[in-house]
Amino acid sequence: MPDTNPELQLEVSDLHAHYGESHILHGMNFAVPKGEVVTLLGRNGAGKTTTMKAIMGIVQKRGGSIRFEGQELVGLPSNRIARLGLAYCPEERGIFSSLNVTENILLPPVVKPGGMSLQDIHGLFPRLKERGYSQGTKLSGGEAQMLAIARILRTGASLLLLDEPTEGLAPLIVQQIGDIIRDLKRRGYTILLVEQNFRFAATVADRHFVVENGVVVDWLPNDQIGQSTEKLKKYLGV
Amino acid sequence: MFELIGIPPQALFGQMLLGLINGAFYAVLSLGLALIFGLLNVINFTHGAQYMLGAYVAWLLLNFLGINYWLALILAPVVVGAFGILLERLMLRKLYHLDHLYGLLLTFGLALIIEGVFRNLYGISGQSYPVPPVLTGGYNLGFMFLPLYRGWVVFFSLVVCLGTWLVIEKTKLGSYLRAGTENPTLVQAFGINVPRMITLTYGFGVGLAALAGVLAAPIYQVKPTMGADMIIVVFAVVVIGGMGSIMGSVVTGFMLGLLEGLTKVFYPEASNTVIFVVMAVVLLIKPAGLFGKAS
Repeated sequence: MPDTNPELQLEVSDLHAHYGESHILHGMNFAVPKGEVVTLLGRNGAGKTTTMKAIMGIVQKRGGSIRFEGQELVGLPSNRIARLGLAYCPEERGIFSSLNVTENILLPPVVKPGGMSLQDIHGLFPRLKERGYSQGTKLSGGEAQMLAIARILRTGASLLLLDEPTEGLAPLIVQQIGDIIRDLKRRGYTILLVEQNFRFAATVADRHFVVENGVVVDWLPNDQIGQSTEKLKKYLGV
Repeated sequence: MFELIGIPPQALFGQMLLGLINGAFYAVLSLGLALIFGLLNVINFTHGAQYMLGAYVAWLLLNFLGINYWLALILAPVVVGAFGILLERLMLRKLYHLDHLYGLLLTFGLALIIEGVFRNLYGISGQSYPVPPVLTGGYNLGFMFLPLYRGWVVFFSLVVCLGTWLVIEKTKLGSYLRAGTENPTLVQAFGINVPRMITLTYGFGVGLAALAGVLAAPIYQVKPTMGADMIIVVFAVVVIGGMGSIMGSVVTGFMLGLLEGLTKVFYPEASNTVIFVVMAVVLLIKPAGLFGKAS
């Protein structure tokens, strides 16, 4: 991969990360081109979520380089990273139970101009408008996932990190999430997606990176996923 | 009609008022403790000493700089709050990743040091602080005599508690605080400077303690042990209300003050222990506290 390419919104090179004493990432290398949907595929414990957390600065013990629009993120606290235009939707969704649905949507501060308005968000997620005054934790799994995604669209962030947005959801809801991701791509968002379900990933993504034991071991463009199914199955252990 | 139960109304209402005043201090103090515990996960044992500092700063301002009660009501919380911010920045901050116990030990040690310093400087007999001139005297309400200053303390404490509650429940800042209490990591990953929010919250909680100290100065003696006497009861209030519950600590503070007052009328021997009896019962029946959520 080239050193600096203006078309690359995110460049991760030789990224190492530690949780306490344990060394989780062992030199991750990958890049996310502007406007693309890119997935990190891999088994449980491969280091996908840790990669997300290292990019966001939630995991602070990290080495190597993470460049967002040319700016180095390693060394910055997570609040400064968010202000540059990255937004994170965690695997556990992180809906605040002491806030209602609308308060949850309005919580993340606007960091850049050009984010969606509350009206746009309600247009995309009509259920969240109906349930505006419900307590954040009174939602179904699908609604909670919608809320977790909706929440980061207002801020003007251009790179969205979505950690397993389809986990534990019914097939119909998974389809809806797929529609939303494609819609967001059309609106110009760049998306980094963590997935274990490569069949779902294939319906939304432009390229895939395969993660094993804290390193990227392979990558393929989405149009080659058909002939690589067997190889992917082996990587993912399915 | 009050004669029927054998208690003269003057005594009954008088004790209820005293109870309400104690309740006002319990409420303001436990509100600060609840805020601090919610966001910092620190059991702030220095709270009593900070309450005492508030009273002393007011007393020092009056005696050395001639600054009156009303200005002290603003200045003392600011000064003591700033001192709290310094403590948070220099010491408490280093303990967040450790067990609760370390924060408790540190703040307990600090309380002893602060109290010791003031004991050394001013002895234990205490200084008196005059009631501000416009609040001297009182009204005869017919069934009882209401000293104006005491009415003011109850009223002002209610305003402070209600104001704090409104800010937390109804404003954007409050939503950051509530969310930060639940999941500070995620709130920070949304772009909010959580470490600064924690510092300011500690400063505010400490400021509330100092405010209670200024309010208390004209009623109780300004003395080094005033905080230590108060803090044990306030911790019982916080436990009964539910750790970290804002509304719970305020309501429980006033209720327990009243209960204590009523006990003084009906069974004076138990008045010092009634709150701890309630605490024991609540812990047995609902360990998370009356307003707390079981985790």
